[in-house]
Amino acid sequence: MTLYWEEEMETLPRVGLESIQLKRLQHLVARVYKTVAPYREKMDAAGVKPEDIQSLTDLAKLPFTVKEDLRDNYPFGLFSVPMDQVVRVHASSGTTGKPTVVGYTKKDIETWSGLMARALTCAGATSSDMVHNAYGYGLFTGGLGAHYGIERLGATVIPVSGGNTKRQITIMKDFKSTVLLATPSYALNLAEAMESLGVDPKSLSLRVGVFGAEPWSENMRDEVERKLNIKAVDIYGLSEVMGPGVSMQCLEGNKGMHIFEDHFLPEIIDPDTGEVLPPGEKGELVFTTLTKEAFPIIRYRTKDISRLMYDTCACGRTLVRMEKVTGRTDDMLIIRGVNVFPSQIEHVLMGIEGVEPHYQIVVSREGNMDTMAVEVEVSEDIFSDEIKTLENLTKRIQADIKDMLGVTCKVKLVEHKTIQRSEGKAQRVIDNRKL
Amino acid sequence: MRVEQIAVFLENKSGRLAEITAKLAEENINIRALSVADTADFGILRLIVDNVEKAKATLKANGFTVGITNVIAVEVADKTGGLAGVLKTIEKEKLNVEYMYAFVNKSGENAVLIFRFDDMDKAIESLQRTGYTILSGEEICAL
Repeated sequence: MTLYWEEEMETLPRVGLESIQLKRLQHLVARVYKTVAPYREKMDAAGVKPEDIQSLTDLAKLPFTVKEDLRDNYPFGLFSVPMDQVVRVHASSGTTGKPTVVGYTKKDIETWSGLMARALTCAGATSSDMVHNAYGYGLFTGGLGAHYGIERLGATVIPVSGGNTKRQITIMKDFKSTVLLATPSYALNLAEAMESLGVDPKSLSLRVGVFGAEPWSENMRDEVERKLNIKAVDIYGLSEVMGPGVSMQCLEGNKGMHIFEDHFLPEIIDPDTGEVLPPGEKGELVFTTLTKEAFPIIRYRTKDISRLMYDTCACGRTLVRMEKVTGRTDDMLIIRGVNVFPSQIEHVLMGIEGVEPHYQIVVSREGNMDTMAVEVEVSEDIFSDEIKTLENLTKRIQADIKDMLGVTCKVKLVEHKTIQRSEGKAQRVIDNRKL
Repeated sequence: MRVEQIAVFLENKSGRLAEITAKLAEENINIRALSVADTADFGILRLIVDNVEKAKATLKANGFTVGITNVIAVEVADKTGGLAGVLKTIEKEKLNVEYMYAFVNKSGENAVLIFRFDDMDKAIESLQRTGYTILSGEEICAL
């Protein structure tokens, strides 16, 4: 028996769902046009008015929104309600030092909590669960987003946040955590720590893990399931659209995450032409929020590569499923849950005198953890006949990157001209992770 | 009384040393002494050659990162306690050795110690005061 949180919405026949979507979309576009100047300007420039949205396919007439739009209107320029109605903001790290900021009204928080509760229900969680929330709390949407959903579900939340792995395991044991929320790499980290502490996962009460915020493979899923003796399911979300709980894998179905379409309208586009692709084709995922108040977003290009699957799911939900995100259209890297742009690394390197802009980022998966190595060419300016001088340089680069990104990386000095020179777009990243 | 030394940056990968020596041989450059300092990821090759400028130009032309640094060459008798004596002077003067290597000259009578100190001027002064022979670049090449 499938558990539902809002059975009616989750199992609506498509016709009914689409009629709700259209009504919400028309309302949203009209409101955004009226209240958010940058959207109005873009729509005017494209020669489209809110009244032009007569069917769901008319959505394609609207201009896209990209991350740059959020930065250009930093911090609150795309909010569609007065600030006194905004009860919370979240932010994600930015490439140029400017984060992107999103906001929520009281009702938005309620919607989000509800959708997160719906997502947890997809994973089989109920009010009797003890939920171990190891997503980071703070400006990142993961921790608090999940937290409110767990409370809404009526389960008990352990707001443990990230880090302090040993304590996490003690808590898991003593509090009898049944559901784990974390990044998949952190879950494996926990499993390894358990092994070294001699804690048998079978002796714990963990039943299911809800993992997201970074790309992870099916192989990794198998490993997490085996090592922690749990069922591991995928959750998807992004702050620009809401946060975790945009889509969620169900226990019954085979792969893919149900998009909560009564609140988010998905499209798959060709990332090069921007054209909407037919159902089932692989391309860039684009979202339009249907119910968000403080920070509605129209046709947001996620840069995530996925595919929409409309076939019926064993769980009975009629909501379309998106395939596990297998890549991104841009060069953003997600290292242990942290967004890393090559341009940020470049920024750090260029801040060190004598370092030339010849570098490469090599990402690999060692054991279960993502590792990032930055290869830097040794120019005459930074070369020294003394080992310690060069070692101090690598340490300095490492420390500066850690300061900027919060990620520890390995720095490797390489010989001059060994990094391939670009003939256009530089190949900055070599991703050896097998996802 | 300093000697110019060529330093070359090397990644730890096979064949690099062979390549460097081959290029120098092609240009008729004689290597008098060398040492390799290495870490897990990279190494620094230090060379004393008979034609510093030509060696530098050759290696640079072949894509190597090259630097020239000054070192001190101390000549000692090639017998037990030769190095110990020099190091004792160094210690007494509280000089710090950044690195050192050595070679024995053709006749086999003397050994030449190549030093890089934190304070080169003080090192030269102390060693000369203690009576050690410090060789010039030309002298090394003539050995």
